[in-house]
Parts: sequence; C-alpha cells; structure tokens
Amino acid sequence: MDELLKLLKQNALETPENLARMLGLTPDEIRGRIAEYEKRGVIRGYQAVVNHDQLDIDLVTAVIEVKVSPEREGGFNHIADRISKFPEVQSLYLMSGAFDLLLFVSGKDLKDVALFVAEKLATLPGVLSTSTHFMLKTYKDHGVLMESHDEYERLKVSP
Amino acid sequence: MTNMNDLKSARNPVARHVRDMPPSGIRDFFEIVSTMKDVISLGIGEPDFVTPWHIREAAIYSLERGITSYTSNLGLLKLRQALAAYVDRVFHVRYKPENEILITVGVSEALDLALRAIIEPGDEILYHEPCYVSYSPIITFAHGIPVRVETRAEDGFRLTPAMMAERITPRTRALLLNFPNNPTGAGLSREDLLGIADLAQQHDLIVIADDIYAELTYDGVHTSIASLPGMKQRTIFLHGFSKSWAMTGFRLGYACAPPDLVGAMMKIHQYTMLCAPITSQEAALEALKRADEDIAAMREEYRRRRNLIAATFHDLGIPCVTPQGAFYVFPDIRQFGLSSRDFAYKLLDEEKVAVVPGTAFGPCGEGFVRCSYATAMADIKEALLRIERFTRRLAKT
Repeated sequence: MDELLKLLKQNALETPENLARMLGLTPDEIRGRIAEYEKRGVIRGYQAVVNHDQLDIDLVTAVIEVKVSPEREGGFNHIADRISKFPEVQSLYLMSGAFDLLLFVSGKDLKDVALFVAEKLATLPGVLSTSTHFMLKTYKDHGVLMESHDEYERLKVSP
Repeated sequence: MTNMNDLKSARNPVARHVRDMPPSGIRDFFEIVSTMKDVISLGIGEPDFVTPWHIREAAIYSLERGITSYTSNLGLLKLRQALAAYVDRVFHVRYKPENEILITVGVSEALDLALRAIIEPGDEILYHEPCYVSYSPIITFAHGIPVRVETRAEDGFRLTPAMMAERITPRTRALLLNFPNNPTGAGLSREDLLGIADLAQQHDLIVIADDIYAELTYDGVHTSIASLPGMKQRTIFLHGFSKSWAMTGFRLGYACAPPDLVGAMMKIHQYTMLCAPITSQEAALEALKRADEDIAAMREEYRRRRNLIAATFHDLGIPCVTPQGAFYVFPDIRQFGLSSRDFAYKLLDEEKVAVVPGTAFGPCGEGFVRCSYATAMADIKEALLRIERFTRRLAKT
C-alpha cells in the first residue's frame, strides 16, 4: 500500500504539513494526492473510532450470519445491495464457509435489532436463514485498543 | 602503637582509576527527569517498540520446556550457526560458528571483553567523539588510554582517515568505530571507510567496529569495515539484538573476530560471565528467523520520524545534520547563547521536554543536544511544538 494511505489509515487527522515532512513531499503534493484518492473513490470517508462502552447511550450491535440463495444473474450482489440499504446495517461482507453474508447491525436495544431481523431481514426474498450474535464488549476496533492497560515505562533518559 | 584499623580507614578503599572517573553526564539529568510528571522524553536511547511477539513467545516457550541451564561459554551452537549465516548475508563477512563467534551479554560486554583482551596497560585506543557515553570510561577501566578524535557538525560529523592518522602514536593499539553513530546519527562513507582500513593495516592496528545500529540505516546500505579486503583478520565486529530487534532488556550481543581474538575474549568471558542468559539466546534464535520483516517495519517508522524531526528543526531555523542512521538527531543550539546543559535544563523546566545535553557524549558535544526519535510519533509532534515555543521565546530575549 502507498505510504500516504498507510499513514492516513493510522491517523486521518494528520496535517498535510507533517505528512509532507515524513514523506519528503510538499504539503501541496500531499493535498493533491489525497484529493486524487478521494476522487477515485479509494478513500471513501473519514470517521472517528469511538469507544461506545464509555458513553451512556442506548446502543447494541449484533453480528448476523445470513444464508441466502444466489440469483441466476448477479449472484449475491443484488441481495447484498438490497440489505446494505437499511441504515441499521453498519457493515456487510460476503463470506466463504457455512453462511454467505455477515452483517454488523446496530439498534437502540435488543428488541430493536430483533425486530429488524424478524421483520425486515428474514422476510426478504432469497434470505434462507439468519443467526444473530449480540456483542457484549469491544476490546479492539479498527486496530485501536478500547482500554489502555498499564504500560511498562522505559527509563526516561538512557544513553 | 599503631592501630591497624586506623591504617585501614586512612586508605581509600576504591581504586584510583575508578575513583577518578567522573559519573556519567546523563546520570544527574536522569535523576531530575525521573521525579517530574508529564515529561515528554526525547532522551531515551532504546527503541519504543516492544520486542516482536513471536520473539517473546519463543522465550516463554523455552521457559515452558524447562530450558534454564548454562550454555557453552561461546553461546548455543545453533545460535552461532544462525548468526554466521546472518552476518554473511547482511554484512558479507564469513565467520566460523565454531571459533569465530562469541555470544555476549549485550554489545556492552562484548566491547569490554574486546578491550580487555587487547589492551596492555598504557596502550592507546583511538575513538571518535561525540560518542556513546561508555567508550572512554571502559577503555580506562581496562587500563588503556582513551584518545579522542573530535568530529564536527560543520563536516556533518564526518570522521576522516586524516583525522585519525593525526592521533596515531607508537602506543596506539586499536581504533574504535561506531557508525551509524549515537548521538549524531552520522554514517561513514565507503571512501572514508577504505581510508581508515588502510590506516589500520599500515599501523598494524585492530579495529573494533560497534555496528549495533547497522540495520537502522535510512539512505543506502551500511558497509561494515570487517567486509573490506584484508580487514577481517584485524577487526572485532560487534553487533547485537537491542536496537534492530527492540530487545534491549534481553541483553544479547555478539562479537565476531579471528579465532585468536575470540579465544582471548572467551577466556575472560568464561571466568567472569560464563555465558549469556539462555532465555535470551533462545529468543535471539527466533529473532533471526524473521529478521528482515521485523526490522523493515520498524526501520520504515523510524525513517518517517527522522524525516519529520529533521525537517521540523530545519523549518525552525535550528541547524541539524540529517541523520543517516540510528534514532537520534543532534541539533545545533549555539544560536541561543546557552550551554547544552542550560538549554536542556531550561527546556525541561519550562516546557517539560527532556533532551540530553550534547556534552554527555564528549566535550565537543557542547552547543548541541541529542533528541531521540525512538518515541511515539504523537509525542514527537508535541515535543516539537513545545521546542518551537521555547526557542521562539529564547530568540526574543
């Protein structure tokens, strides 16, 4: 992967000035390359990684395995497109193995998610079965640890 | 009547050459920094990475299997074999695992052994400054005479054969080289390396090459003096796992040299250290298995940090030689009219950023401070902002 993308994936808020210094380019070159990535759709957005467990809000997330029957034309794409239109669906992947689609779905409580599965997801033509797993705690998300452990500290000055 | 106790107490129990040795220049600074809270430290001479997990896991597994004994004095044969292959591949020098490689407790022990093995009292050892804090003291402890060659910022801290030649006398026994260099980050060009090799051959000198930072070379490839024609037989090549594999606490290094020199070093090692810790040797064996990937990942991160820190000093108008290797920059702070020590103490006091006064690395480090970039990028950026604020204030007064 391009070094600029690697750095942006680590920290999208890094300034073009600092990125330029790290990569030996000018800030304008950095801005140009980011704009190009955005235009091509390589970079599709920027988001904060939030530890929801620290917030006093009603939010549950479930991971749902879905078996579907692929269509003669378009395979899994048509049904996947349709499912991904629901705002409850945060992420959607086509998988190998015992099921076909893996969904990350969020709602305000268990009932909310259960209703979505029962009323909207399971009733879609082509959906054969669903299996819902609720998330209890997030330890790591997007490569970021959600809790900082006591880190061993190095000597503050050493030769 | 003379009281025996009085006689005894009248005599200083500490040997003169130890008594006369000044304490390390960073010791008192360390004491102050360690009592302060919320300090961002650019004063750390070890990687901020944790040893790669597969290496730690190998150490744990060796303990699970009950591998807790002594090893051969030279170190585990399988580790020496793996090192022979690594040194051949990376540094292009062939050493026999049976009698040309000695595993030691860090490069520090290897260097001490090398000096003790070759120095007769009064022999002179040439070394270049600014340099690692231990060189001069351990030459003295080995009853040698440290002779320094000063490199200058104006020349990019370049060490030339001519500078060394000037200080050679009939008592000169060895040259001690450390490139990439701590604290300046300077490298040595092939041309200068060839010149110094010539010098060693002309004057029949041993070269002790502390190549601990070799893999952390950012522009081009490191050449070890041991690989030059005719040099293997007079070089003691020192290398270890601390820097490139982030294994400082494992304390594992090694020396490669012709059999008579390794034999001499081994004699001292077997009577003093006996062997390097077996857990560390097992870990090192694993480290060599995936050396290139582990090192490349860390080197790329260091390179980006070097670029950021050197470019920022440049933008701030603080002259700074772009380091070719290791993880230090050595900016020139003479324009602010403070000594290295005062600059470092004032920066610590006013902005809570720790840098090491250049004088800790020899008198010619006056006017410079060492900033280590073996620190998380976020801390480096914050430290640079604070240094900018601090130096702007200094410039106004």
